Amino acid sequence: MIRIESVTKQYKGSSRPALNNVSLEIEKGDFVFLVGASGSGKSSLMRLMLREDIPTSGSVHVLGENLVGIPSRRIPYFRRKLGVVFQDFRLLPSKTVAQNVAFSLEVIGKSQAFIQEAVPDVLAMVGLEGKADRLPSELSGGEQQRVALARAIVNKPAVLLADEPTGNLDPATSEGIMALLERINLAGTTVVMATHDRGIVDRLQKRVVEMREGEIFRDQRSAGYIKTQTDSHPVKSWNLSIGESWSLGGDE
Amino acid sequence: MRFGFVLGEIGHGLRRNVSMVISVILVTFISLTFVGTASLLQLQIGQMKNYWYDRAQVAVYLCTDVSPSDACPQGEASTDLKTAVEDKLKSSLLQPYIKHFYFEDHQQAYAKFEQQFAGNSVAKYVSPTQLNETFWVSLKDANKSQIITESFSGMAGVEEVKDQRTYLDQIFSILNAASLAAIGIAALMLVSAVLLISTTIRLSAFSRRREIGIMRLVGASNFYIQLPFILEGVVAATIGSALAAAAVLSVVQFFVQGYLATRLPFTSFVNLSDAFLVAPALVVAGILLSAIASGFAIRRYLRI
Repeated sequence: MIRIESVTKQYKGSSRPALNNVSLEIEKGDFVFLVGASGSGKSSLMRLMLREDIPTSGSVHVLGENLVGIPSRRIPYFRRKLGVVFQDFRLLPSKTVAQNVAFSLEVIGKSQAFIQEAVPDVLAMVGLEGKADRLPSELSGGEQQRVALARAIVNKPAVLLADEPTGNLDPATSEGIMALLERINLAGTTVVMATHDRGIVDRLQKRVVEMREGEIFRDQRSAGYIKTQTDSHPVKSWNLSIGESWSLGGDE
Repeated sequence: MRFGFVLGEIGHGLRRNVSMVISVILVTFISLTFVGTASLLQLQIGQMKNYWYDRAQVAVYLCTDVSPSDACPQGEASTDLKTAVEDKLKSSLLQPYIKHFYFEDHQQAYAKFEQQFAGNSVAKYVSPTQLNETFWVSLKDANKSQIITESFSGMAGVEEVKDQRTYLDQIFSILNAASLAAIGIAALMLVSAVLLISTTIRLSAFSRRREIGIMRLVGASNFYIQLPFILEGVVAATIGSALAAAAVLSVVQFFVQGYLATRLPFTSFVNLSDAFLVAPALVVAGILLSAIASGFAIRRYLRI
């Protein structure tokens, strides 16, 4: 499903490679947490899997595509087989919930008939029935992330990449999002989730890939988010971001 | 491909950058009007050349008493010499090139001179004998004046052989310089039009970077992402070039045909059918130019 072989990524102007000889294999139906401090290489790895970037050396295969050699005109078609969600939701503020989801189908040329059937279905699945005509600004953070998830999965992707999807959410709301991700995973979609959220990782006991300074430090099945001395700094910043989420949560 | 969606995106982009779109329209309008006017001027020069070259004659000026002595050592051309010139013009050697010719004596030349310089005091100081007697020769092919010049230059009794086209050429070179200047200005303005189009498209892309980012994420093809932007530039430039086409047509209809042609009845001017050749070319040029400019701009801005 996803095969990364001895990948090194060196950004221009930085002395240390962002990824250093990383190899990773993710099977169909896996649920993988990608954990590690900021700057450990999680985001670089996600970017490679999305073909936002190419490695300096090594190979990246996702869904049978060799992402190093793929011609640029095929990249859009590759991305259609992938779903992506981010910490900041990335919704269009001027479009309603239903239009946001429909937009992603319109731009890949799906028929109006297909869109009219698929959008309400996927909104019901993420628990947003009745909110189709709301604008993103009228929704809570958790609901906005559900819209983003609906958009990511409406095209039934084989792989879902989630870059800190709960990073802006309070723990209770995060629970709901995680339950949704598990359901998506149970339906057969491979889920790769980069996160700092220790509570979630510890509770779900899924496969954990821990990155440190551009290398894979640990790759363990049914594991937790083991805290070590070097992690103390990012955990502090994580606490801070949760504090902000709580005040946001108060508005709901 | 969903047509309505693309149209919606174009409308959205045009509304967001109204002032830039208007400036694109104006710059393409003005630059293409210059291009159109310059090409009409070229057509006009071509027409005038045809018209006047046909009427241009070669003058064989005969010697007078006041002619410079190096060309006319014997003074006024004698009757024998005149007959020799006339015989040569009638000879089978030159006949195939000559349409017709006629002789203008001192009195006729003086009458023409008085007419041309009526009211000018110079006419009082000129006597008929000072003016050359002339054989005016019309050629079948105006380009072969060399033959007459070569045959008569240096002949006894002939002061000078002059092709009238040399005077016309001066006028045409002035007109040519004017149309080249217009083309130069047009080229500069077209460059600024192209730069303006690419800036506008970039601005438009920047103001929609969120949409573009999402479109890329969900796998919209490059063509689909870029098409609205390219069409946006094309729509603006098409409006501008349509205005330019209309301007060129009305200049020909109202200024050239309505004003110039009535005041200068003996000159043939460009007419609407010429303008109808130029106008569509302007529109096509505008569309091509803007499509290339905006396509290039968006391709550089939107890397995968």
